[in-house]
Amino acid sequence: MVALTRLVARPLIVPAIRKRRPALAVLTPYLLLAPSALFLLTFTYWPVIQVIRSSLTVRGFRGAAHWGLENYSRLFGDAHFTTAVVNTLIYAAGTIVPSLVLALLFALALTETTRLTGTLRTVVALPMLIPLVAAASLFAFIFLPNAGLLDHYLAVFGVAETNWLGDPSLALGSIIAITVWKNCGYYMLFFLAGLAAIPRDLLDAAKIDGAGPVQRFFRITLPLLGPTLVFVLVIATLNAMTQIDHVIVLTQGGPSDATSMILFYIYQQAQQNFDIGRASAATVVSVGVLFALSMVSLRSLERGIHYET
Amino acid sequence: MRRDTPLIALALASAAALLWFIPFAWMAVASIREAGAGAADLASLWPSGPFGWGNFADAWSSGHFPLWYLNTVAVCGGILIVQCVTVSLAGYAFARMRFPGQNTLFALFLLQLLLVPPILVVPNLSTLVALHLYDTLPGIMAPYCASAFGVFLMRQTFRTIPRDYEEAAVLDGATRLQIIVHVLLPLSRPGLAAFAIVSVTTHWNEFLWPLMATSSPSNQVLTVGLATFTAGAEAGSEWGVIAAGTFLVAAPLLAAFVLFQRRFVSSFTLSGIK
Repeated sequence: MVALTRLVARPLIVPAIRKRRPALAVLTPYLLLAPSALFLLTFTYWPVIQVIRSSLTVRGFRGAAHWGLENYSRLFGDAHFTTAVVNTLIYAAGTIVPSLVLALLFALALTETTRLTGTLRTVVALPMLIPLVAAASLFAFIFLPNAGLLDHYLAVFGVAETNWLGDPSLALGSIIAITVWKNCGYYMLFFLAGLAAIPRDLLDAAKIDGAGPVQRFFRITLPLLGPTLVFVLVIATLNAMTQIDHVIVLTQGGPSDATSMILFYIYQQAQQNFDIGRASAATVVSVGVLFALSMVSLRSLERGIHYET
Repeated sequence: MRRDTPLIALALASAAALLWFIPFAWMAVASIREAGAGAADLASLWPSGPFGWGNFADAWSSGHFPLWYLNTVAVCGGILIVQCVTVSLAGYAFARMRFPGQNTLFALFLLQLLLVPPILVVPNLSTLVALHLYDTLPGIMAPYCASAFGVFLMRQTFRTIPRDYEEAAVLDGATRLQIIVHVLLPLSRPGLAAFAIVSVTTHWNEFLWPLMATSSPSNQVLTVGLATFTAGAEAGSEWGVIAAGTFLVAAPLLAAFVLFQRRFVSSFTLSGIK
Protein backbone atom coordinates (compact mmCIF):
# COMPACT_ATOMS: atom_id res chain seq x y z
CA MET A 1 0.00 0.00 0.00
CA VAL A 2 2.73 2.42 0.99
CA ALA A 3 4.75 1.67 -2.09
CA LEU A 4 1.77 2.12 -4.36
CA THR A 5 0.33 5.23 -2.80
CA ARG A 6 3.65 6.98 -2.90
CA LEU A 7 3.48 6.84 -6.65
CA VAL A 8 0.19 8.71 -6.79
CA ALA A 9 2.10 11.90 -6.23
CA ARG A 10 4.34 11.36 -9.27
CA PRO A 11 3.62 14.07 -11.89
CA LEU A 12 2.02 13.04 -15.13
CA ILE A 13 4.04 13.50 -18.29
CA VAL A 14 2.29 13.89 -21.58
CA PRO A 15 3.52 11.12 -23.85
CA ALA A 16 5.40 12.00 -26.98
CA ILE A 17 2.94 10.21 -29.26
CA ARG A 18 0.30 12.80 -28.67
CA LYS A 19 2.22 15.44 -30.57
CA ARG A 20 2.59 13.27 -33.60
CA ARG A 21 -1.04 12.37 -34.28
CA PRO A 22 -3.09 15.23 -32.82
CA ALA A 23 -6.51 14.44 -34.36
CA LEU A 24 -6.65 10.86 -33.14
CA ALA A 25 -4.81 11.54 -29.91
CA VAL A 26 -7.67 13.66 -28.53
CA LEU A 27 -10.02 10.70 -28.79
CA THR A 28 -7.61 7.95 -27.75
CA PRO A 29 -8.09 8.15 -23.95
CA TYR A 30 -11.87 8.04 -24.36
CA LEU A 31 -11.63 5.06 -26.68
CA LEU A 32 -9.50 3.28 -24.11
CA LEU A 33 -12.07 4.02 -21.40
CA ALA A 34 -15.01 3.06 -23.61
CA PRO A 35 -15.14 -0.70 -22.87
CA SER A 36 -15.17 -0.11 -19.11
CA ALA A 37 -17.57 2.79 -19.44
CA LEU A 38 -19.99 0.71 -21.48
CA PHE A 39 -20.33 -1.88 -18.70
CA LEU A 40 -20.38 0.73 -15.95
CA LEU A 41 -23.13 2.65 -17.72
CA THR A 42 -25.23 -0.46 -18.27
CA PHE A 43 -24.84 -2.08 -14.86
CA THR A 44 -23.93 0.69 -12.42
CA TYR A 45 -25.12 4.15 -13.48
CA TRP A 46 -28.18 3.35 -15.58
CA PRO A 47 -29.62 1.03 -12.88
CA VAL A 48 -29.41 3.86 -10.36
CA ILE A 49 -31.39 6.15 -12.64
CA GLN A 50 -33.78 3.39 -13.53
CA VAL A 51 -34.44 2.41 -9.94
CA ILE A 52 -35.13 6.02 -8.97
CA ARG A 53 -37.58 6.24 -11.86
CA SER A 54 -39.40 3.04 -11.04
CA SER A 55 -39.55 3.93 -7.35
CA LEU A 56 -41.46 7.07 -8.37
CA THR A 57 -43.75 5.26 -10.81
CA VAL A 58 -47.10 4.29 -9.35
CA ARG A 59 -49.00 1.59 -11.15
CA GLY A 60 -52.76 1.95 -11.13
CA PHE A 61 -55.49 -0.26 -12.55
CA ARG A 62 -55.17 -1.59 -16.13
CA GLY A 63 -51.47 -0.76 -16.30
CA ALA A 64 -52.01 2.99 -16.07
CA ALA A 65 -49.01 4.60 -14.39
CA HIS A 66 -48.32 8.01 -12.94
CA TRP A 67 -45.60 9.72 -10.93
CA GLY A 68 -45.86 9.83 -7.19
CA LEU A 69 -44.40 9.02 -3.84
CA GLU A 70 -46.81 6.21 -3.05
CA ASN A 71 -44.12 3.53 -3.23
CA TYR A 72 -42.23 5.40 -0.54
CA SER A 73 -45.27 5.90 1.67
CA ARG A 74 -46.10 2.21 1.25
CA LEU A 75 -42.47 1.36 2.04
CA PHE A 76 -42.22 3.44 5.18
CA GLY A 77 -45.69 2.37 6.24
CA ASP A 78 -44.64 -1.27 6.04
CA ALA A 79 -43.78 -2.65 9.47
CA HIS A 80 -41.64 -5.34 7.80
CA PHE A 81 -39.43 -2.63 6.32
CA THR A 82 -39.06 -0.79 9.62
CA THR A 83 -38.04 -4.08 11.24
CA ALA A 84 -35.56 -4.69 8.43
CA VAL A 85 -34.00 -1.25 8.95
CA VAL A 86 -33.69 -1.77 12.71
CA ASN A 87 -32.24 -5.26 12.15
CA THR A 88 -29.72 -3.90 9.64
CA LEU A 89 -28.56 -1.33 12.21
CA ILE A 90 -28.25 -3.98 14.93
CA TYR A 91 -26.53 -6.33 12.52
CA ALA A 92 -24.10 -3.62 11.37
CA ALA A 93 -23.16 -2.62 14.92
CA GLY A 94 -23.17 -6.24 16.09
CA THR A 95 -20.84 -7.42 13.35
CA ILE A 96 -18.57 -4.40 12.95
CA VAL A 97 -17.62 -3.74 16.59
CA PRO A 98 -16.71 -7.33 17.61
CA SER A 99 -15.02 -8.24 14.34
CA LEU A 100 -12.90 -5.08 14.32
CA VAL A 101 -11.93 -5.43 17.98
CA LEU A 102 -11.13 -9.13 17.56
CA ALA A 103 -9.25 -8.49 14.32
CA LEU A 104 -7.15 -5.82 16.01
CA LEU A 105 -6.44 -8.08 19.00
CA PHE A 106 -5.43 -10.93 16.69
CA ALA A 107 -3.19 -8.58 14.72
CA LEU A 108 -1.53 -7.24 17.88
CA ALA A 109 -0.90 -10.72 19.25
CA LEU A 110 0.37 -12.03 15.91
CA THR A 111 2.52 -9.06 14.80
CA GLU A 112 5.79 -10.90 15.13
CA THR A 113 6.63 -13.35 12.39
CA THR A 114 7.33 -16.81 13.72
CA ARG A 115 6.20 -20.22 12.59
CA LEU A 116 3.48 -20.24 15.28
CA THR A 117 2.06 -16.81 14.44
CA GLY A 118 2.17 -17.66 10.75
CA THR A 119 0.05 -20.74 11.32
CA LEU A 120 -2.37 -18.88 13.59
CA ARG A 121 -2.77 -16.09 11.02
CA THR A 122 -3.59 -18.66 8.35
CA VAL A 123 -6.20 -20.29 10.56
CA VAL A 124 -7.92 -17.00 11.35
CA ALA A 125 -7.81 -15.92 7.68
CA LEU A 126 -9.22 -19.20 6.31
CA PRO A 127 -12.94 -18.35 6.70
CA MET A 128 -12.61 -15.38 4.34
CA LEU A 129 -11.79 -17.78 1.51
CA ILE A 130 -14.97 -19.83 1.67
CA PRO A 131 -18.32 -18.69 0.26
CA LEU A 132 -20.76 -17.30 2.80
CA VAL A 133 -23.21 -20.02 1.76
CA ALA A 134 -20.58 -22.65 2.60
CA ALA A 135 -20.15 -21.03 6.01
CA ALA A 136 -23.94 -21.13 6.32
CA SER A 137 -23.97 -24.86 5.54
CA LEU A 138 -21.40 -25.52 8.29
CA PHE A 139 -23.22 -23.36 10.81
CA ALA A 140 -26.52 -25.00 9.94
CA PHE A 141 -25.10 -28.02 11.74
CA ILE A 142 -23.26 -26.08 14.45
CA PHE A 143 -26.51 -24.34 15.40
CA LEU A 144 -28.65 -27.47 15.04
CA PRO A 145 -30.72 -27.85 18.23
CA ASN A 146 -29.73 -30.77 20.45
CA ALA A 147 -27.65 -32.92 18.04
CA GLY A 148 -25.66 -29.96 16.70
CA LEU A 149 -22.08 -29.11 17.56
CA LEU A 150 -22.79 -26.16 19.85
CA ASP A 151 -25.49 -27.90 21.87
CA HIS A 152 -23.45 -31.10 22.00
CA TYR A 153 -20.54 -29.35 23.69
CA LEU A 154 -22.61 -26.88 25.71
CA ALA A 155 -24.45 -29.85 27.23
CA VAL A 156 -21.18 -30.65 29.01
CA PHE A 157 -21.65 -27.40 30.91
CA GLY A 158 -25.27 -28.18 31.61
CA VAL A 159 -26.71 -25.76 29.05
CA ALA A 160 -30.08 -26.97 27.84
CA GLU A 161 -31.02 -27.49 24.19
CA THR A 162 -31.21 -24.16 22.37
CA ASN A 163 -32.88 -23.25 19.10
CA TRP A 164 -30.17 -20.86 17.92
CA LEU A 165 -31.71 -20.00 14.58
CA GLY A 166 -35.34 -20.65 15.43
CA ASP A 167 -35.69 -18.47 18.50
CA PRO A 168 -36.55 -14.86 17.52
CA SER A 169 -34.46 -13.47 20.36
CA LEU A 170 -31.35 -15.48 19.37
CA ALA A 171 -31.53 -15.77 15.58
CA LEU A 172 -30.00 -12.39 14.68
CA GLY A 173 -27.21 -12.96 17.19
CA SER A 174 -26.45 -16.33 15.60
CA ILE A 175 -26.34 -14.77 12.13
CA ILE A 176 -24.03 -12.07 13.53
CA ALA A 177 -21.72 -14.76 14.96
CA ILE A 178 -21.33 -16.33 11.50
CA THR A 179 -20.39 -12.97 9.98
CA VAL A 180 -17.85 -12.19 12.72
CA TRP A 181 -16.26 -15.61 12.26
CA LYS A 182 -16.15 -15.16 8.50
CA ASN A 183 -14.84 -11.57 8.22
CA CYS A 184 -12.56 -11.14 11.22
CA GLY A 185 -9.52 -12.66 9.49
CA TYR A 186 -9.95 -10.41 6.47
CA TYR A 187 -9.85 -7.29 8.64
CA MET A 188 -6.91 -8.73 10.60
CA LEU A 189 -4.83 -8.71 7.39
CA PHE A 190 -5.32 -4.95 7.07
CA PHE A 191 -4.39 -4.36 10.69
CA LEU A 192 -1.29 -6.52 10.30
CA ALA A 193 -0.26 -4.45 7.29
CA GLY A 194 -1.01 -1.25 9.23
CA LEU A 195 0.99 -2.40 12.26
CA ALA A 196 3.93 -3.36 10.07
CA ALA A 197 4.03 0.21 8.74
CA ILE A 198 4.45 1.73 12.20
CA PRO A 199 8.11 2.70 12.71
CA ARG A 200 9.78 0.50 15.31
CA ASP A 201 11.97 3.27 16.75
CA LEU A 202 8.85 5.19 17.76
CA LEU A 203 7.67 2.35 19.97
CA ASP A 204 11.19 1.67 21.23
CA ALA A 205 11.70 5.32 22.14
CA ALA A 206 8.45 5.34 24.10
CA LYS A 207 9.52 2.17 25.86
CA ILE A 208 12.82 3.72 26.90
CA ASP A 209 10.91 6.74 28.17
CA GLY A 210 9.05 4.38 30.45
CA ALA A 211 5.70 4.08 28.65
CA GLY A 212 3.88 0.84 29.49
CA PRO A 213 2.31 -1.41 26.84
CA VAL A 214 -1.18 0.06 27.38
CA GLN A 215 0.12 3.61 27.10
CA ARG A 216 2.11 2.74 23.99
CA PHE A 217 -0.98 1.23 22.40
CA PHE A 218 -3.27 4.19 23.04
CA ARG A 219 -0.69 6.93 22.48
CA ILE A 220 1.21 5.56 19.48
CA THR A 221 -0.19 2.42 17.86
CA LEU A 222 -3.88 3.36 17.78
CA PRO A 223 -3.44 6.92 16.46
CA LEU A 224 -1.08 5.68 13.76
CA LEU A 225 -3.55 2.95 12.82
CA GLY A 226 -6.26 5.59 12.35
CA PRO A 227 -6.37 5.51 8.53
CA THR A 228 -6.39 1.70 8.47
CA LEU A 229 -9.17 1.68 11.04
CA VAL A 230 -11.37 4.03 9.01
CA PHE A 231 -10.65 2.02 5.89
CA VAL A 232 -11.63 -1.28 7.51
CA LEU A 233 -14.69 0.38 9.01
CA VAL A 234 -15.89 1.35 5.53
CA ILE A 235 -15.38 -2.16 4.16
CA ALA A 236 -17.14 -3.67 7.17
CA THR A 237 -20.10 -1.33 6.77
CA LEU A 238 -20.34 -2.16 3.08
CA ASN A 239 -20.23 -5.87 3.92
CA ALA A 240 -22.95 -5.46 6.53
CA MET A 241 -25.24 -3.88 3.94
CA THR A 242 -24.55 -6.17 1.01
CA GLN A 243 -23.90 -9.68 2.31
CA ILE A 244 -27.01 -11.58 3.32
CA ASP A 245 -26.33 -14.97 1.72
CA HIS A 246 -26.49 -16.72 5.10
CA VAL A 247 -29.86 -15.13 5.87
CA ILE A 248 -31.27 -16.41 2.58
CA VAL A 249 -29.94 -19.92 3.16
CA LEU A 250 -30.50 -20.33 6.89
CA THR A 251 -33.47 -18.28 8.10
CA GLN A 252 -35.23 -16.64 5.14
CA GLY A 253 -35.48 -13.51 7.28
CA GLY A 254 -37.33 -15.36 10.01
CA PRO A 255 -38.40 -16.33 12.58
CA SER A 256 -41.02 -13.57 12.45
CA ASP A 257 -38.70 -11.11 10.68
CA ALA A 258 -36.02 -11.44 13.37
CA THR A 259 -33.23 -11.71 10.76
CA SER A 260 -34.76 -9.70 7.94
CA MET A 261 -32.48 -6.94 6.68
CA ILE A 262 -32.85 -4.20 4.07
CA LEU A 263 -31.26 -6.17 1.24
CA PHE A 264 -33.23 -9.27 2.22
CA TYR A 265 -36.40 -7.17 2.19
CA ILE A 266 -35.54 -5.98 -1.34
CA TYR A 267 -34.88 -9.55 -2.42
CA GLN A 268 -38.18 -10.67 -0.88
CA GLN A 269 -40.24 -7.91 -2.50
CA ALA A 270 -38.71 -8.55 -5.90
CA GLN A 271 -38.46 -12.33 -5.87
CA GLN A 272 -41.49 -13.39 -3.86
CA ASN A 273 -44.01 -10.54 -3.87
CA PHE A 274 -43.12 -9.14 -7.33
CA ASP A 275 -43.65 -5.67 -5.86
CA ILE A 276 -41.10 -3.83 -8.01
CA GLY A 277 -42.25 -0.38 -6.89
CA ARG A 278 -41.60 -1.09 -3.25
CA ALA A 279 -38.38 -3.02 -4.00
CA SER A 280 -37.17 -0.02 -6.02
CA ALA A 281 -37.99 2.45 -3.25
CA ALA A 282 -36.07 0.27 -0.78
CA THR A 283 -33.15 0.06 -3.22
CA VAL A 284 -33.08 3.86 -3.53
CA VAL A 285 -32.87 4.11 0.26
CA SER A 286 -29.86 1.76 0.40
CA VAL A 287 -28.19 3.44 -2.57
CA GLY A 288 -28.60 6.73 -0.71
CA VAL A 289 -26.91 5.28 2.36
CA LEU A 290 -24.07 3.93 0.21
CA PHE A 291 -23.67 7.30 -1.51
CA ALA A 292 -23.30 8.98 1.85
CA LEU A 293 -20.82 6.30 2.85
CA SER A 294 -18.86 6.77 -0.39
CA MET A 295 -18.54 10.50 0.26
CA VAL A 296 -17.15 9.84 3.74
CA SER A 297 -14.94 6.98 2.61
CA LEU A 298 -13.41 8.66 -0.44
CA ARG A 299 -12.42 11.55 1.76
CA SER A 300 -11.00 9.27 4.44
CA LEU A 301 -9.21 7.24 1.77
CA GLU A 302 -7.57 10.39 0.48
CA ARG A 303 -6.57 11.32 3.98
CA GLY A 304 -5.13 7.86 4.50
CA ILE A 305 -3.09 8.15 1.34
CA HIS A 306 -1.71 11.56 2.31
CA TYR A 307 -0.86 10.17 5.69
CA GLU A 308 1.07 7.23 4.37
CA THR A 309 3.12 9.33 1.94
CA MET B 1 14.16 -11.90 16.43
CA ARG B 2 13.13 -10.16 19.60
CA ARG B 3 10.17 -11.56 21.40
CA ASP B 4 8.16 -8.78 22.90
CA THR B 5 4.71 -10.26 22.52
CA PRO B 6 3.71 -11.40 26.00
CA LEU B 7 3.28 -15.15 26.29
CA ILE B 8 -0.25 -14.71 27.60
CA ALA B 9 -1.25 -12.86 24.40
CA LEU B 10 0.10 -15.69 22.28
CA ALA B 11 -1.70 -18.25 24.42
CA LEU B 12 -5.00 -16.38 24.12
CA ALA B 13 -4.55 -15.95 20.38
CA SER B 14 -3.82 -19.66 20.03
CA ALA B 15 -6.95 -20.55 21.99
CA ALA B 16 -9.07 -18.19 19.89
CA ALA B 17 -7.55 -19.52 16.66
CA LEU B 18 -8.38 -23.03 17.80
CA LEU B 19 -11.98 -21.91 18.28
CA TRP B 20 -11.87 -20.36 14.80
CA PHE B 21 -10.75 -23.64 13.34
CA ILE B 22 -13.60 -25.73 14.80
CA PRO B 23 -16.02 -25.40 11.84
CA PHE B 24 -13.27 -26.58 9.48
CA ALA B 25 -12.27 -29.39 11.83
CA TRP B 26 -15.88 -30.55 11.99
CA MET B 27 -16.20 -30.34 8.21
CA ALA B 28 -13.08 -32.47 7.75
CA VAL B 29 -14.01 -35.09 10.33
CA ALA B 30 -17.70 -35.33 9.47
CA SER B 31 -17.08 -35.55 5.73
CA ILE B 32 -15.01 -38.73 6.00
CA ARG B 33 -16.92 -40.36 8.85
CA GLU B 34 -19.11 -43.16 7.54
CA ALA B 35 -22.87 -42.88 8.01
CA GLY B 36 -22.98 -45.92 10.28
CA ALA B 37 -21.12 -44.07 13.04
CA GLY B 38 -24.35 -43.20 14.82
CA ALA B 39 -26.13 -39.93 15.45
CA ALA B 40 -24.57 -39.40 18.87
CA ASP B 41 -21.12 -39.02 17.34
CA LEU B 42 -22.29 -36.65 14.65
CA ALA B 43 -21.15 -33.60 16.58
CA SER B 44 -17.97 -35.12 17.94
CA LEU B 45 -14.80 -33.39 16.82
CA TRP B 46 -12.76 -36.42 17.82
CA PRO B 47 -11.67 -38.20 14.64
CA SER B 48 -13.17 -41.58 15.37
CA GLY B 49 -14.00 -44.00 12.57
CA PRO B 50 -15.12 -45.83 10.65
CA PHE B 51 -13.80 -43.57 7.91
CA GLY B 52 -14.52 -43.75 4.22
CA TRP B 53 -15.35 -41.74 1.13
CA GLY B 54 -19.05 -42.60 1.25
CA ASN B 55 -20.19 -39.05 1.98
CA PHE B 56 -18.21 -37.66 -0.93
CA ALA B 57 -19.64 -40.30 -3.24
CA ASP B 58 -23.16 -39.44 -2.03
CA ALA B 59 -22.60 -35.71 -2.39
CA TRP B 60 -21.10 -36.16 -5.86
CA SER B 61 -23.99 -38.28 -7.09
CA SER B 62 -26.85 -36.31 -5.52
CA GLY B 63 -25.53 -32.89 -6.57
CA HIS B 64 -24.46 -31.82 -10.04
CA PHE B 65 -20.91 -31.04 -9.04
CA PRO B 66 -19.24 -31.46 -12.47
CA LEU B 67 -21.76 -29.02 -13.97
CA TRP B 68 -21.44 -26.58 -11.07
CA TYR B 69 -17.64 -26.63 -11.26
CA LEU B 70 -17.79 -26.10 -14.99
CA ASN B 71 -20.22 -23.19 -14.70
CA THR B 72 -18.24 -21.57 -11.88
CA VAL B 73 -14.96 -21.90 -13.74
CA ALA B 74 -16.63 -20.52 -16.90
CA VAL B 75 -18.10 -17.56 -14.99
CA CYS B 76 -14.89 -16.75 -13.09
CA GLY B 77 -12.74 -17.25 -16.19
CA GLY B 78 -15.07 -15.28 -18.45
CA ILE B 79 -15.26 -12.37 -16.03
CA LEU B 80 -11.48 -12.36 -15.58
CA ILE B 81 -10.73 -12.39 -19.31
CA VAL B 82 -13.09 -9.50 -20.11
CA GLN B 83 -11.93 -7.62 -17.01
CA CYS B 84 -8.29 -7.92 -18.04
CA VAL B 85 -9.12 -6.16 -21.30
CA THR B 86 -11.33 -3.40 -19.86
CA VAL B 87 -9.10 -2.84 -16.87
CA SER B 88 -5.78 -2.67 -18.77
CA LEU B 89 -7.10 -0.21 -21.35
CA ALA B 90 -8.71 2.09 -18.78
CA GLY B 91 -5.80 1.72 -16.38
CA TYR B 92 -3.44 2.80 -19.14
CA ALA B 93 -5.56 5.84 -19.99
CA PHE B 94 -5.63 6.98 -16.37
CA ALA B 95 -1.95 6.21 -15.77
CA ARG B 96 -0.31 7.63 -18.88
CA MET B 97 -2.62 10.17 -20.51
CA ARG B 98 -4.07 13.54 -19.72
CA PHE B 99 -7.49 14.51 -20.98
CA PRO B 100 -10.40 16.80 -20.09
CA GLY B 101 -12.68 15.33 -17.43
CA GLN B 102 -10.05 12.89 -16.24
CA ASN B 103 -10.57 13.40 -12.50
CA THR B 104 -14.36 13.39 -12.77
CA LEU B 105 -14.28 10.19 -14.80
CA PHE B 106 -11.92 8.56 -12.33
CA ALA B 107 -14.23 9.46 -9.45
CA LEU B 108 -17.20 8.09 -11.40
CA PHE B 109 -15.29 4.86 -11.97
CA LEU B 110 -14.47 4.55 -8.28
CA LEU B 111 -18.15 4.88 -7.42
CA GLN B 112 -18.53 1.25 -8.51
CA LEU B 113 -16.55 0.20 -5.44
CA LEU B 114 -19.61 1.04 -3.36
CA LEU B 115 -22.50 0.53 -5.76
CA VAL B 116 -21.90 -3.21 -5.77
CA PRO B 117 -24.20 -5.39 -7.90
CA PRO B 118 -26.04 -7.05 -4.96
CA ILE B 119 -27.55 -3.73 -4.03
CA LEU B 120 -28.74 -3.11 -7.60
CA VAL B 121 -30.31 -6.55 -8.19
CA VAL B 122 -33.77 -5.19 -8.98
CA PRO B 123 -32.88 -2.80 -11.84
CA ASN B 124 -30.08 -5.06 -13.09
CA LEU B 125 -32.49 -7.94 -13.45
CA SER B 126 -34.77 -5.94 -15.73
CA THR B 127 -31.71 -4.89 -17.74
CA LEU B 128 -30.75 -8.55 -18.12
CA VAL B 129 -34.23 -9.43 -19.31
CA ALA B 130 -34.19 -6.56 -21.82
CA LEU B 131 -30.82 -7.72 -23.15
CA HIS B 132 -32.04 -11.34 -23.37
CA LEU B 133 -29.28 -12.34 -20.94
CA TYR B 134 -31.53 -13.53 -18.11
CA ASP B 135 -30.80 -17.13 -17.10
CA THR B 136 -27.52 -17.30 -19.04
CA LEU B 137 -23.92 -17.49 -17.85
CA PRO B 138 -22.97 -14.26 -19.68
CA GLY B 139 -25.81 -12.65 -17.71
CA ILE B 140 -24.10 -13.60 -14.46
CA MET B 141 -20.81 -12.19 -15.74
CA ALA B 142 -22.05 -8.95 -17.31
CA PRO B 143 -22.23 -6.62 -14.28
CA TYR B 144 -18.66 -7.53 -13.31
CA CYS B 145 -17.00 -6.99 -16.69
CA ALA B 146 -15.83 -3.54 -15.64
CA SER B 147 -13.92 -3.31 -12.38
CA ALA B 148 -13.12 -0.07 -10.60
CA PHE B 149 -10.71 -1.90 -8.32
CA GLY B 150 -8.94 -3.36 -11.34
CA VAL B 151 -8.67 0.02 -13.07
CA PHE B 152 -7.24 1.53 -9.90
CA LEU B 153 -4.78 -1.33 -9.46
CA MET B 154 -3.61 -1.32 -13.09
CA ARG B 155 -3.20 2.46 -13.04
CA GLN B 156 -0.92 2.13 -10.04
CA THR B 157 0.95 -0.82 -11.56
CA PHE B 158 1.56 0.94 -14.89
CA ARG B 159 2.91 3.96 -13.06
CA THR B 160 5.63 1.87 -11.43
CA ILE B 161 6.98 0.96 -14.88
CA PRO B 162 9.65 3.36 -16.21
CA ARG B 163 8.66 5.17 -19.39
CA ASP B 164 11.91 4.26 -21.11
CA TYR B 165 10.46 0.93 -22.16
CA GLU B 166 7.55 2.56 -23.95
CA GLU B 167 9.66 5.23 -25.54
CA ALA B 168 11.88 2.60 -27.08
CA ALA B 169 8.77 0.90 -28.48
CA VAL B 170 7.43 4.21 -29.81
CA LEU B 171 10.67 4.79 -31.69
CA ASP B 172 10.15 1.40 -33.28
CA GLY B 173 6.75 2.60 -34.48
CA ALA B 174 4.52 0.68 -32.06
CA THR B 175 0.89 1.75 -31.58
CA ARG B 176 -0.58 2.35 -28.13
CA LEU B 177 -2.36 -0.98 -28.20
CA GLN B 178 0.87 -2.74 -29.08
CA ILE B 179 2.63 -0.90 -26.27
CA ILE B 180 0.02 -2.01 -23.76
CA VAL B 181 -0.04 -5.63 -24.91
CA HIS B 182 3.63 -6.21 -25.67
CA VAL B 183 5.44 -3.83 -23.33
CA LEU B 184 3.35 -2.93 -20.28
CA LEU B 185 1.31 -6.05 -19.60
CA PRO B 186 4.29 -8.44 -19.50
CA LEU B 187 5.91 -6.08 -16.99
CA SER B 188 2.70 -5.89 -14.91
CA ARG B 189 2.46 -9.55 -13.98
CA PRO B 190 2.47 -9.02 -10.20
CA GLY B 191 -0.37 -6.50 -10.47
CA LEU B 192 -2.34 -8.74 -12.80
CA ALA B 193 -1.81 -11.72 -10.50
CA ALA B 194 -3.06 -9.76 -7.50
CA PHE B 195 -6.10 -8.66 -9.47
CA ALA B 196 -6.79 -12.20 -10.69
CA ILE B 197 -6.65 -13.61 -7.16
CA VAL B 198 -9.11 -11.07 -5.80
CA SER B 199 -11.40 -11.33 -8.82
CA VAL B 200 -11.59 -15.13 -8.89
CA THR B 201 -12.05 -15.40 -5.11
CA THR B 202 -14.84 -12.84 -5.15
CA HIS B 203 -16.78 -14.44 -7.96
CA TRP B 204 -16.17 -18.02 -6.90
CA ASN B 205 -17.87 -17.13 -3.61
CA GLU B 206 -20.63 -14.92 -5.00
CA PHE B 207 -24.16 -16.14 -4.30
CA LEU B 208 -27.02 -13.61 -4.41
CA TRP B 209 -26.52 -12.30 -7.94
CA PRO B 210 -26.03 -15.71 -9.65
CA LEU B 211 -29.03 -16.94 -7.67
CA MET B 212 -31.27 -14.16 -8.95
CA ALA B 213 -29.87 -13.94 -12.48
CA THR B 214 -30.61 -17.57 -13.31
CA SER B 215 -33.56 -19.90 -12.99
CA SER B 216 -32.69 -23.19 -14.66
CA PRO B 217 -30.57 -25.81 -12.85
CA SER B 218 -28.24 -26.07 -15.85
CA ASN B 219 -27.01 -22.52 -15.17
CA GLN B 220 -26.30 -22.97 -11.47
CA VAL B 221 -22.86 -22.17 -10.12
CA LEU B 222 -21.25 -23.92 -7.11
CA THR B 223 -22.65 -21.61 -4.43
CA VAL B 224 -26.20 -21.76 -5.77
CA GLY B 225 -25.88 -25.51 -6.23
CA LEU B 226 -24.58 -25.94 -2.68
CA ALA B 227 -27.53 -23.99 -1.28
CA THR B 228 -30.12 -26.17 -3.04
CA PHE B 229 -28.10 -29.29 -2.26
CA THR B 230 -27.85 -28.38 1.44
CA ALA B 231 -31.57 -27.69 1.65
CA GLY B 232 -32.25 -31.17 0.28
CA ALA B 233 -29.71 -32.99 2.44
CA GLU B 234 -30.76 -31.04 5.55
CA ALA B 235 -34.27 -32.39 5.22
CA GLY B 236 -32.78 -35.90 5.40
CA SER B 237 -30.35 -34.92 8.20
CA GLU B 238 -27.47 -36.10 6.06
CA TRP B 239 -24.90 -33.91 7.77
CA GLY B 240 -21.91 -35.93 6.67
CA VAL B 241 -22.99 -35.44 3.05
CA ILE B 242 -23.44 -31.71 3.64
CA ALA B 243 -19.95 -31.52 5.12
CA ALA B 244 -18.55 -33.33 2.07
CA GLY B 245 -20.46 -31.06 -0.33
CA THR B 246 -19.28 -27.94 1.49
CA PHE B 247 -15.74 -29.25 1.34
CA LEU B 248 -16.02 -29.77 -2.43
CA VAL B 249 -17.14 -26.15 -2.88
CA ALA B 250 -14.57 -24.57 -0.57
CA ALA B 251 -11.54 -26.81 -1.17
CA PRO B 252 -10.09 -25.28 -4.38
CA LEU B 253 -9.70 -21.80 -2.89
CA LEU B 254 -8.59 -23.09 0.52
CA ALA B 255 -5.90 -25.20 -1.14
CA ALA B 256 -4.78 -22.29 -3.32
CA PHE B 257 -4.62 -20.06 -0.25
CA VAL B 258 -2.51 -22.46 1.77
CA LEU B 259 -0.16 -23.00 -1.20
CA PHE B 260 0.23 -19.37 -2.28
CA GLN B 261 -0.41 -17.70 1.02
CA ARG B 262 1.92 -14.75 0.67
CA ARG B 263 0.51 -13.92 -2.76
CA PHE B 264 -3.06 -14.07 -1.47
CA VAL B 265 -2.40 -11.96 1.60
CA SER B 266 -0.62 -9.21 -0.32
CA SER B 267 -3.35 -9.21 -2.98
CA PHE B 268 -6.11 -8.87 -0.45
CA THR B 269 -4.48 -6.14 1.60
CA LEU B 270 -3.89 -4.35 -1.68
CA SER B 271 -7.49 -4.74 -2.64
CA GLY B 272 -9.05 -2.94 0.28
CA ILE B 273 -12.37 -2.57 -1.39
CA LYS B 274 -12.98 -5.17 -4.03
